[in-house]
Amino acid sequence: MAQKQEEVQIVPENRVYGRPALLTDRVMHYCPGCSHGTIHKLIAEVIDEMGMQDRTIGVSPVGCGVFAYNYIDIDWAEAAHGRACAVATAMKRLCPDKLIFTYQGDGDLSAIGTGETIHTCNRGESIAVIYVNNAIYGMTGGQMAPTTLVGMKTATSPNGRDVKLHGYPFKIAEMIACLEGVRYVTRQSVGTPAGVRRAKKALRKAFENSMEGKGLSFVEFVSTCNSGWKMTPVAANQWMEEHMFPFYPLGDIKNE
Amino acid sequence: MKEDVRLMKGNEAIAEAAIRSGCDGYFGYPITPQSEVLETLMEMRPWETTGMVVLQAESEIASINMVYGGAACGKRVMTSSSSPGISLMCEGISYIAGAELPCLIVNVQRGGPGLGTIQPSQSDYFQATKGGGHGDYRMIVLAPASVQEMYDFVFDGFDLAFRYRIPTMILSDGVIGQMMEKVVVTRNRGRMSDEEICRQSGDWALTGRKANRQRHVATSLALEPAEMEATNLRLQAKYNEIEQSEVRYDELMTDDADYLIVAFGSSARIASETVQMARKKGLKLGLLRPITLWPFPSERIADLAARMKGILCVELNAGQMIEDVRLAVAGQVAVEHYGRMGGQLFTPGDVYEAVQEKLLKKRRH
Amino acid sequence: MKEELIIAGFGGQGVLSMGKILAYSGVMQGYEVSWMPAYGPEMRGGTANVTVIISDRPISSPIAHEYDTAIILNQQSMDKFESQIKPGGVLIYDTNGITHHPTRRDIRIFTIDATAEAARRGTIRMFNTMILGGYLKVRPVVTRESVFEGLKKSLPERAWKMLPANEEAVRVGAELIKEKL
Repeated sequence: MAQKQEEVQIVPENRVYGRPALLTDRVMHYCPGCSHGTIHKLIAEVIDEMGMQDRTIGVSPVGCGVFAYNYIDIDWAEAAHGRACAVATAMKRLCPDKLIFTYQGDGDLSAIGTGETIHTCNRGESIAVIYVNNAIYGMTGGQMAPTTLVGMKTATSPNGRDVKLHGYPFKIAEMIACLEGVRYVTRQSVGTPAGVRRAKKALRKAFENSMEGKGLSFVEFVSTCNSGWKMTPVAANQWMEEHMFPFYPLGDIKNE
Repeated sequence: MKEDVRLMKGNEAIAEAAIRSGCDGYFGYPITPQSEVLETLMEMRPWETTGMVVLQAESEIASINMVYGGAACGKRVMTSSSSPGISLMCEGISYIAGAELPCLIVNVQRGGPGLGTIQPSQSDYFQATKGGGHGDYRMIVLAPASVQEMYDFVFDGFDLAFRYRIPTMILSDGVIGQMMEKVVVTRNRGRMSDEEICRQSGDWALTGRKANRQRHVATSLALEPAEMEATNLRLQAKYNEIEQSEVRYDELMTDDADYLIVAFGSSARIASETVQMARKKGLKLGLLRPITLWPFPSERIADLAARMKGILCVELNAGQMIEDVRLAVAGQVAVEHYGRMGGQLFTPGDVYEAVQEKLLKKRRH
Repeated sequence: MKEELIIAGFGGQGVLSMGKILAYSGVMQGYEVSWMPAYGPEMRGGTANVTVIISDRPISSPIAHEYDTAIILNQQSMDKFESQIKPGGVLIYDTNGITHHPTRRDIRIFTIDATAEAARRGTIRMFNTMILGGYLKVRPVVTRESVFEGLKKSLPERAWKMLPANEEAVRVGAELIKEKL
């Protein structure tokens, strides 16, 4: 029989971790093991710590992140597929005192929305772009994304991505780092506690750049999609480190 | 005070009115025959006076999504384009309608389909009044017949858009956009603050989540069918209210008319001369000009049809508005169509011949 | 009073701006006006024409069926518009580049050698104002004072130094125009 444990009363004084104030009570629809939940949490924390809740507008994408507005307690607009950067452009131009960020997946940002993304970067709009790259279309059921690795199996590349048929995986972060209007490009991941801490710093920097009118900041999150990848969360994390990181290396790509 | 009368192109009038109507932002992409809207705004530099934002976007798709973003923030925002560009915007317009946001869209029509021609046409009537984009949505559609109306409808368009939180379109064409006429430049109203928007149309805009309210979300998504149907029912109730309250039309010599022309925009201008020609020759011809293409003046047309011997729809297309006219007339009298396509125009004399040919001769046979 | 006029020639000849000056002149004199260009994709070299209507009553159609006056500045426009002048109307043309001269007998026909005269004076850009001067001699729908005011209105302020030369061109045009009998 287990020994009766001493009951510890939970009070604010002994709390080592709190639920971010800006996360709502809504149960997230994300699959267990998905990176979205952690990234949402970091965004909520940073906005709260900056005291920006009443001056922030988020733009959610089409894709798994579409319901971001249900989870982070700020004003949101849900954009058409790929158009978040255009939506955010107008918001920032019209409301320069607001913190404006987009939250987009790889299909949204680097397939259908490539044009809007690149031109928004090139104009140097002072917004933050949060880019969740899990190399697959999650919401529509695991189809190939522009960022799908060579040889990776998806619903629309059942025999693995073949460059002759599908072309090469798309490194949009490196591409936009070449643009004059872009201030800060970094690639992060939330697969480990240390990675989470680094990612939070990167988000804070991106948001501060936006408020200081310093041009566009781009934070890519190399992420897992264990459902789409058909792996357990643990295996997905490991696969990400072994296969995604070599092709999408973490760290700052541009920091001016 | 002396009236400020200017000679302006229709497209220039749109730009002038945008600034004076307190527009917060214009987002557009060049396309003939409407490029003077963006050109004039860039020349006038309103960001130095009223603070209005003017931005040349990378495409019409970006333009309409910028409009979506600005509208979501409760700003008076607009775009303009011509037919192929409006086709590209249709997705965004559907989202704006679905999210119930106010905005103004100007279409200076050219002939299609496809890349078509840069010459004037009215062949986007279906696109403007029946959808264009997906889903059961409506836009309020205003059809100006003069440069003065191009100017005035910018004010009216923004008012209607905010009153009902609905995308509103000015459906013009290359004739009205490119021609110059006298315009009485009236009114000058300021841009609205966040607080004024709240007072005027309710607390819905994205202004940053305040402690005293729930978060605001601009979205057209509702995955649950019951929720999505409820959204649709709300939209339909609003559309019904607009149909009851916002129908506009103009009439010329309909009181004693035996025959009626129904025409909108530039066609109505041309046909109004035809009416005068006919009257000089003793033919009792009248003109009804729908000013709102949606909501359509169906009831008035039905009333007039009861005492007409024939109706001719005159349009710069293959016969689009005629479908709405026939629905309104409901078989009371024959409704014929006369039109030109592909950027060709008709003259008042051409229309007079069409009246002879299609209404009078047919009756005699 | 109602004057329905078409000015037609090549893009770059100042067809549209001639119409604009005239339309502004009408406004200066309190008339209703409309200016309707047949716009084309070419900036220069293609055909260009503009319909100007000046009236003491509101203008219904900006598109005319027939014209009171046609000012013709190239052969293509002659071929197209000679037949669209009202009986008793006026045709004015510059003989430069015209190979097939007008043949109608039920209209009044005038020639104005403005191209040659403008070239001789080294003021080729005044060509269209010269034509306008000729037109107003034949069809004085607006006063010369209104035209001078209209000129000022239709030119941007930075071009006002050109006003005296333009005014001179209007006077020259009036003397240059000749009726073809």
